[in-house]
Amino acid sequence: MNRTIGFLAPWLVTAAALAAAPVVFRSDFALTTLSLIGINVIFALSFNILLGQTGLLSFGHAVYYGLGGFVAIQALNAAEGANFDLPLPVFVLVGGLGGLVFGYLFGLVVSQRGGLVFSMITLGIGELVSSSSFILRSFFGGEGGIATDRTKAAAFFGHKFGPQIEIYYLTAACCFLVIMAVYALTRTPLGRIWNAAREDPERVEFLGYRPETLRLYACSFAALFAGVAGGLSAINFEIMNAQQLGAQESALVLLMAYVGGTGHFLGPILGAAVITYLEVRLSDVTDIWQLYFGVLFIGVVMLAPGGITGWIAMHVEAWRRGEIARLAPSYALVAPAIVVTAVGAVLLIELTHRLFARTMGESALLQLGPFTLDTASVAPWVIGGVLGFGGGLVVRWAWPRVQEAWSAAAPTTKRGAA
Amino acid sequence: MSQLIAFSLLNGILFGMLLFMMASGLTLIFSMMGVLNFAHASFYMLGAYFGYEISRRMGFWPGVVIAPLLVGGVGAIVERYGLRRVHGYGHVSELLFTFGLAFAIEQLVEMFWGKTPVDYSVPRSLNFVAFRMFGTNYPAYRMFILLTATAMFVFLVAILQRTRVGLIIRAALTHPQMVAMLGHNVPRVFMAVFGVGCALAGLSGAIAGPALVTQPSMAEELGPILFVVIIIGGMGSLAGAFVASLLVGIIQTFAVAINVSLSEVFGPAAPPLLSDLWTVTVAQLAPIIPYALLVVVLVFRPTGLMGTRES
Repeated sequence: MNRTIGFLAPWLVTAAALAAAPVVFRSDFALTTLSLIGINVIFALSFNILLGQTGLLSFGHAVYYGLGGFVAIQALNAAEGANFDLPLPVFVLVGGLGGLVFGYLFGLVVSQRGGLVFSMITLGIGELVSSSSFILRSFFGGEGGIATDRTKAAAFFGHKFGPQIEIYYLTAACCFLVIMAVYALTRTPLGRIWNAAREDPERVEFLGYRPETLRLYACSFAALFAGVAGGLSAINFEIMNAQQLGAQESALVLLMAYVGGTGHFLGPILGAAVITYLEVRLSDVTDIWQLYFGVLFIGVVMLAPGGITGWIAMHVEAWRRGEIARLAPSYALVAPAIVVTAVGAVLLIELTHRLFARTMGESALLQLGPFTLDTASVAPWVIGGVLGFGGGLVVRWAWPRVQEAWSAAAPTTKRGAA
Repeated sequence: MSQLIAFSLLNGILFGMLLFMMASGLTLIFSMMGVLNFAHASFYMLGAYFGYEISRRMGFWPGVVIAPLLVGGVGAIVERYGLRRVHGYGHVSELLFTFGLAFAIEQLVEMFWGKTPVDYSVPRSLNFVAFRMFGTNYPAYRMFILLTATAMFVFLVAILQRTRVGLIIRAALTHPQMVAMLGHNVPRVFMAVFGVGCALAGLSGAIAGPALVTQPSMAEELGPILFVVIIIGGMGSLAGAFVASLLVGIIQTFAVAINVSLSEVFGPAAPPLLSDLWTVTVAQLAPIIPYALLVVVLVFRPTGLMGTRES
């Protein structure tokens, strides 16, 4: 009985949270962001089948997302043209099938090699498809893309999916099903052997598994779920264009999965939520938000390869052993210093950005929240420099203390190796 | 027709040699350190922008000399304070680090020099006609690129094959532990190789910048082709990288020059479902040809033309 509750509880909580989210966050902005997060959660989870589960880093995962979306939108338009009454959720499945077919086809080539070469081949396939999209115009619609009208589809139990709230619930339902499916996949023998292939490919080969076949299956499953995300995206935006299968989108999904943490099932989910929210918010605040994403990514790779979930798991572990108190003093020292450094660095970066934008004929005034700063005056530069470099020095001084505290709290586990 | 062949061949070899200048650094870094440097094309872009900035203040020639040195310095710093720290987490983390770096460099270049192309132009001393062939002029600057790239190639081969430094590098490629046992500072050799590889990329950027367009997207456009080259050649094989560079360079240049579509060969009536492909000229297909070549090579020879090991 207790085991059943323990097994069911997380799923019931997830379902309840998904159902309650639009009741808590009521605004239109929140609703569109939540829908976007749902789509990206599916996309990031599909990516992590490759990176986290099988140890394959793909630089072209958006290909399946985009192709799935294009297949779905073309099917939707074709069905409307032929007066073929199908409800909207069917086209999400069509997108998934599209992703699966292309995932298998390209997988035949991509799965030939593992390791770093796999990454380079996925990059090549990604470029192949995104360049082709400007040649095959009737399928990809050229620069403008392909548009559709989702409300023309047949009603699904009385719902026409016109308002965003209905799209949100469709996304949430798909998201919940995909989370369950991907989780179930990790529990199957296939999922386990993927893990084994990640840890020691040679040994798995000696056990009698063909690594090419394992990689092909991983590519196909990942492409299937990426296609579902693409289909949802096509329905959500009612337009697909070539950008959605390009390198930027592939980089974004990598960022989401990695920042969240590829070593934990919840990592991509958390990462998708955080990065999507940051993307929506930051692009309003500053026009160099992509630089911050790049710096964030480098920082995570260098300092916390386990991502957010890896970092949390490390502390939960310390807390379980009752050692968390030992960490507190050093954290109290280093955390404010990190915040001050970050504030100083952001100030300097924004000032530099303004300074160079001014030479290109833009305003010299920097608007940071309620403050207006003039790049021509010295004071903001001095403040930024003092905060950034002073904070950096304090961090340098305090960091060994954090490491000492960690080696006292967890003598065997290395910091960051989560 | 012979005009087309002659010029395409010349331009193709030129483009191929430029590719090889970068692919050689990339291959050396890969086979020595196991690091696939995603940011290699970004160092090429930095070379072009540094060259532009220096040429604006001091003239073209100081730019061609100083820019690669600066880029090499940046590369060495990246290796020392970035890559070396990530090394312990494995090769995928190293690749991810350079991926993030490529992203950040592109954003920084956009921040400092703007999103539009900068005016990095051919110097006056090289702005003349080298020769006339079939009634068409061939610019001297292109010959300069070709000569520089060839000189670098000879120089590289000479260092690797004839000098003691080259001996240590070749030994560290295959037996890094043994080289360390013999008392050589392998991390420093790594840093030097990474720096020199980046400097080579920087040099190709500094000389290619005026001939091509110096803009923030130049790294993103070239990077994937570079990886295609080293995979087709076979990972870790310098000779393979050379052959593949020329192959990709020549095929792509020829494709750009051929303005034939299927409709011209088989008549304007397109069979059903192929209407898009029917009017596409070979020149329009040029951007996807390297990738199509990659797929073909992988299907028939998964280790690449001259590659031996599975990595």
